[in-house]
Amino acid sequence: MSGKDLRPSGPDIQPDGAEVRPNRQDTRPAMTPGVRLGTVSFVWRPWNVLITVLLAAAAFLVFCLSIGIGDFPIGLDQVLATLLGRGEQVDEFVIMDLRMPRALAGLVVGIALGVSGAITQSVARNPLASPDILGITGGASAVAVFLVTVSGGTAAAVVNAVGLSAAALAGGLGTGLLVYFLAWRRGIDGFRLILIGISVSAVMEAITTWLLATADIRDVARAQAWLVGSLDGRSWDEVRVAIWGTLVLLVVVGGVSFQFKPLHLGDDVAAGLGVRYTRVRAVLLLCAVLLAGVAVSAAGPVPFVALVAPQVAMRLVRCPTPPIVASGVVGALLLIGADLVARTALPIGLPVGVVTAAIGGPFLVYLLVRANLR
Amino acid sequence: MTYVHMGTTALERPTSRGTTQARRRRVVGLSTLVVLLVIAGAVSLAVGARALSPADVWHGLFAAPDSDQRLTEIRLIVQTVRVPRTVLAIVAGIALGVGGALIQGYTRNPIADTGLLGVNTGASFAVVAAIALFGFDDPFQYVWFAFLGAAAAGVVVFGLASIGRGAGNPLTLALAGQGVAVFLAAMTTAVALGDKESLNALRFWNAGSVAGVGFDVIWPVTGFIVVGLVLAVTTLPAINLLNLGDDVARGLGVNIALSRTVGIAAITLLAGAATAACGPIAFLGLMVAHVARYLTGPDYRWLVPYAGLLGAVILLACDIVGRLVVRPSELDVGVLVALLGAPFFAVLVWRGKFKSA
Repeated sequence: MSGKDLRPSGPDIQPDGAEVRPNRQDTRPAMTPGVRLGTVSFVWRPWNVLITVLLAAAAFLVFCLSIGIGDFPIGLDQVLATLLGRGEQVDEFVIMDLRMPRALAGLVVGIALGVSGAITQSVARNPLASPDILGITGGASAVAVFLVTVSGGTAAAVVNAVGLSAAALAGGLGTGLLVYFLAWRRGIDGFRLILIGISVSAVMEAITTWLLATADIRDVARAQAWLVGSLDGRSWDEVRVAIWGTLVLLVVVGGVSFQFKPLHLGDDVAAGLGVRYTRVRAVLLLCAVLLAGVAVSAAGPVPFVALVAPQVAMRLVRCPTPPIVASGVVGALLLIGADLVARTALPIGLPVGVVTAAIGGPFLVYLLVRANLR
Repeated sequence: MTYVHMGTTALERPTSRGTTQARRRRVVGLSTLVVLLVIAGAVSLAVGARALSPADVWHGLFAAPDSDQRLTEIRLIVQTVRVPRTVLAIVAGIALGVGGALIQGYTRNPIADTGLLGVNTGASFAVVAAIALFGFDDPFQYVWFAFLGAAAAGVVVFGLASIGRGAGNPLTLALAGQGVAVFLAAMTTAVALGDKESLNALRFWNAGSVAGVGFDVIWPVTGFIVVGLVLAVTTLPAINLLNLGDDVARGLGVNIALSRTVGIAAITLLAGAATAACGPIAFLGLMVAHVARYLTGPDYRWLVPYAGLLGAVILLACDIVGRLVVRPSELDVGVLVALLGAPFFAVLVWRGKFKSA
C-alpha cells in the first residue's frame, strides 16, 4: 500500500458494496465490450449510460416544470413550445426574460458543483473531499462577510464598483489558487492538497466567524443570507458569464478525463499505463477549482452539493468511482429540484442552499442504508 | 506497508534495541508534553485582563479569606475566572484531541474530524432550536441542550451506519455522518434565518470559547469526558488491529462490532461534551491527530495519549494568546486555534511530515 493511497485497501471497504454484488455481476457477459474511436477508448456500460440518460431527462423535466410554475403558471406544453421558439409572446416574455436566468443559473451551478466534486473526490481518492475544502468557499465567504459587515468607505466602494458576487468570487479564486500553489511541490499530490486546503479553509472560516461575532446583528443577518447560497434575482448578465465559464471548463475536463480512469488505480499503476498523471491531475484539479468558483459567482456558496452529488451518482450508476457526467447531472437535478421545492412547497422563502442540504443529506443516508440492507 | 506496529510481536519486543529506544523516546515526549501542560496551566492562571504575579496566584489559590480588599479581589479572579477556564481548556483539549485521533482511526480517513459524526451540527441545531422554542437568553441554559443534540446526532449516525450488513463500515460511517451533518446544518440555518435571537446566539456559539463557564457545568462535562476516555483506552489495541483490515482483525480475535460501538460511543461522549461546553472547535482534533501520528507512528496506544495532551496544550496556549492580543478584550479560542494552528499545520503538511491514517 503506497503512502499516498487515501482509500485504504481491503475487501470490506469497497464503497458500501452496492456495485460489487456478485449476483449482479454474474448476469453480465464475461467481458464488458470496449469501444475504440480513434485515440479515444472507453468501456461500454449500458446501465451506466441508461441511468445517466434517465437522470438527465428527469433534470430536463424538472427544469421545464420550474420554468412553468410561478405566479403566472404556464403549462408544460407551452413551456416546450416556447423553448422551441414557437410559443406565445406573453409566455416568451415570462419565460425567457423572467424565469430563464434563475433556472439556468440553477442548472449551471448544479452541473459545475457536481463535476467539480467528482474530480476532487477522484483525485484525492477520498469520498469526504469536496471543492469546499479546496478553499474556494472559505475564501469567498470571508471576503463577502468582510464586505458586508465592515461599514468602511473602502468596502462600500468595492461593493459598488464590482458587486458583492464578483468581489467574493475574486476572494474565492484567490484562496483556491493559493491552496493549489501552496500544495504544489514537484506536482500536485491529493493528500497534501486536501490537508493544505483544510488548513487554509479553517483560517478563512475562523476569520468569517470572528467577523460575524463582532459585527452588528443586522449585517450578520445579511451576511448569513449570502453565506447560504441563493438563486434569487439572477439577471441574464450574471448567468451568461457562468454558462460560458462552465462550458469552456467542461470541454477541458472532457478532453482530459479520458486519461483519468487509470488514476483511480493509484499513481504507480497509472504511470505504468502511460498516464502522465502529474499533468493530468494538475489540469483537472485546476478545472475543479475554477468550476467551483463559477458556481460561487452565480449562486453564492451553495453547500454540500459538490460532496453529495458524486456520492449519490456513484450509487445510482453503480460505478466504483465518482462518475463525472452523472455527477454533473445529479448536481443539476438536486439544485433545480431544491429550488423548485423552495419556491413552491415551502411557506417562507428559504434560500436554495438550505433546501439542497435538507434534501441531499438524507437522500445520501437513504442510499447508504438501502445498500446495507440488501 | 504503511503500518509498522512497534512492539506488537512478542519476538521483537525483548531483543530489538530499536524498539526500546523508540519507546524511551515516546515516554520522554509524553513527559515533555505533561511538563508543557503544567507550565501552560500556571501561565493561564496568571495571564488575563489583569496580570497577576506568581505570589498573587498562589495566594488566590490557597490562602484563607481575609479582609484585605486587594487580596479578596485576587482570590475572586483566580478562583471564579482563571481556574474554571484553565480546567475547561485542559479537559476539553484532551477530549477533542483524543476524539480527533479516534475518529481518524475508526473511519480510516485522514480528513475526518470530531464534527464528522454530526456532533457539531447536532449541538448547533439544539442550541438554535432551544432558543427559538423556549426563548433562552442565558448561554448556560443551553449547554445541556447542546450536549443532548450532539449525543443524539452521534447515536443517529452510528445507528444508521450499523443497519444491516454495513455494521459500522468506516466509509458508510463517514458518509452517513456527513449526510446527517448536512441536514442538521440546513435546519440550523433555516431556524437562524427566521429568528434573530437564534442567529445572534449562533454566531457567538460558533466562535468557540472556554471563558465564562462555571464549575456547575465543568464538573458534569468532565464526568462525561472521563467516561469517554475510559472507553477510549479500552479500545486502543483493537484500533491497531482494525486498521489492518476487518478480516485480519477478525482473524486476530477482535470483536469488530463491539469495539466499533465502544469507540463511537467514546468519540460521541468526548466530542459532544467538549463541544457543548466550548462550542465547535473541530479543527483542533484533526490537526492534533496528524501531529501525534507524526511524533509516535501509527500505534494508537501511543498516538491517542499524545493527541490528548497536545490538544490540551494547544487549546490552553491559544486561550492564553487570545487573552493577550486584543487586551482588555479577548479573542475567542476557537478562532485562534484555526488562525495560529492552521498555518503551522500547513507548513508541516507541505514538508511531507504526515502520512495518511
